[in-house]
Amino acid sequence: MSTSFKHSLYVDRESCKGCTRCMKQCPTSAIRIVQGIAQVDPEKCIDCGQCMAVCPHQAITIKGEQFNTIFSYTRRVAIIPSVLIGQFDEEVTEQMMIDAIYDLGFTDVFYAEFGIDILRTLGNHISVYSDSLPVISSYCPAVVRLIQLSYPSLLSHVNLVKTPSQITSMYARSALENEGVLPEEIGIFYISGCAAKVAQVLNGPSARKELMSGTLNLDTLVNMMQPLLSKPSRSDKPFAISHPLPPITSSSFLYSVTGGESAGMSGRKMAIDEIHNVIEFLDLVEDERLSPVDFLELRACDTGCTGGILTVRNRFCATERIRYSGSKHPEELPPDVAKRITERGQDLLYHLKSERLTSKPALSLDENPIKALKKLEKAHAIEQILPGLDCGLCGYPSCRVLSEEIVQGNTSIRSCSVLKMNSPETLNRLEKIWGSLPRTIRDA
Amino acid sequence: MTYSYDVQAKNFTRAGAVSSEFKKELKKLNLPSALIKRIIIALYEGEVNVVAHSYGGSITCTISSESVIITIQDTGPGIPDIALAMKEGFSTASDEVREMGFGAGMGMANMKKNSDSLHITSAEGKETRIDLSFLLTFEEGT
Repeated sequence: MSTSFKHSLYVDRESCKGCTRCMKQCPTSAIRIVQGIAQVDPEKCIDCGQCMAVCPHQAITIKGEQFNTIFSYTRRVAIIPSVLIGQFDEEVTEQMMIDAIYDLGFTDVFYAEFGIDILRTLGNHISVYSDSLPVISSYCPAVVRLIQLSYPSLLSHVNLVKTPSQITSMYARSALENEGVLPEEIGIFYISGCAAKVAQVLNGPSARKELMSGTLNLDTLVNMMQPLLSKPSRSDKPFAISHPLPPITSSSFLYSVTGGESAGMSGRKMAIDEIHNVIEFLDLVEDERLSPVDFLELRACDTGCTGGILTVRNRFCATERIRYSGSKHPEELPPDVAKRITERGQDLLYHLKSERLTSKPALSLDENPIKALKKLEKAHAIEQILPGLDCGLCGYPSCRVLSEEIVQGNTSIRSCSVLKMNSPETLNRLEKIWGSLPRTIRDA
Repeated sequence: MTYSYDVQAKNFTRAGAVSSEFKKELKKLNLPSALIKRIIIALYEGEVNVVAHSYGGSITCTISSESVIITIQDTGPGIPDIALAMKEGFSTASDEVREMGFGAGMGMANMKKNSDSLHITSAEGKETRIDLSFLLTFEEGT
């Protein structure tokens, strides 16, 4: 099975020691250690970034654009998440941060979560499109992909409204083109605090209206802003021009931290964060073991987007700062901003809904259930022989996964180091029963 | 392919462990997700019944190319009136069980609704055995 999904995480072969930490942490068992190096199965990866968080060797990194690519465009739009504001301490005001972003070379700056205000202005309420209750938020791309891979029965629950950053991007493009800027002159860059959103942009809609030009990693941008905001340079040379703060309402500003999205939803709602909690919860929803609830906000990261893998500051401090800064923003958009949104309404209204999601099952052993059952039986027989230590030395996250991979013909029972150590003779016998590795794979 | 599980009486922290374990196995078979859902809902109800009402028991799940057969066997105390037990809303759950969020009286009805066949043998003071079967069709909506 080939995949067309582009992932953002990649393993640096030089730095990886094959220590198995990422493999054991991965919530979808997508990682194998092959010849001492971690390998991510693109079919199973949901770009949650858990592997990157536990890697002690910084061997897992996220592909972001080189900053200089922004200069290929004459209008350089930064779509920043409010999480960025949480990355600095109180001494740095929001105004200073925005000025610093302009100073780095951007010509226009929008808050990603402004997309919520656009949606509210155009729809007069937050629109929800989904076929089943409870509605599951589509905001966290890692969660959406997890549902596609492991919970296909829940796809009809996913809210099919575009994400705030996608809506903001459409608005920015529409507004600039309306000013007479040529489409090819507009570069829209999303500043991403996590791997999943980078992947989302990489796999984004191909329609020009909605297209983002790329993503920049949040930590890179924070590092570039830091010298501009450090004390000496600030007192010597304050920013020449003070730019207006990008418009946003206080509730939208809090959208990405846990509870921020569900706060705006009507009915009974819950907010669940951290990927393992989310998995536990999706099982409850799938088995209809949940008391009636209308809306579920699910986030792969602890505390929401402030826990993103590319954030710099402690997530609790960042969350507090966002709440504080958010309280300074108005509850309603200024009338002139609302008017500008309404003027762009025709360009946006028919593009607010995202495409229907399809399942991408990656759990089954075979497309044909009868063949899958045969394989499952064989895998169970093999698992009985394996030591059950889940030590990971074979390069697979557990004895169960190893037994399934043997059945799939991807490895042989010889890869079990514990069996090899304990009884090499038995291993020879077992290999006769369960087969050795096909020559083609052995020679590869 | 047969899976056997033990179920402890009154251990509500483990109620649902069997069904979630078995669900992971079913998901490896590329069966229609609607079918998996029916099986798991029925299995969960049966599992909770053993935890809440019985002295403990066991569950065996057998997957073949035609069907999934689930046998839920407990060690007592038995059901005096099976017809009554099958009624929606009928519950003998103790207050303790209800406080845990179980015992709404939908268990047996849900098992019947979600399975292709259900067979109970029980009597007061005897063991209860429930046989559930699900035909494997590969055409249910995903």
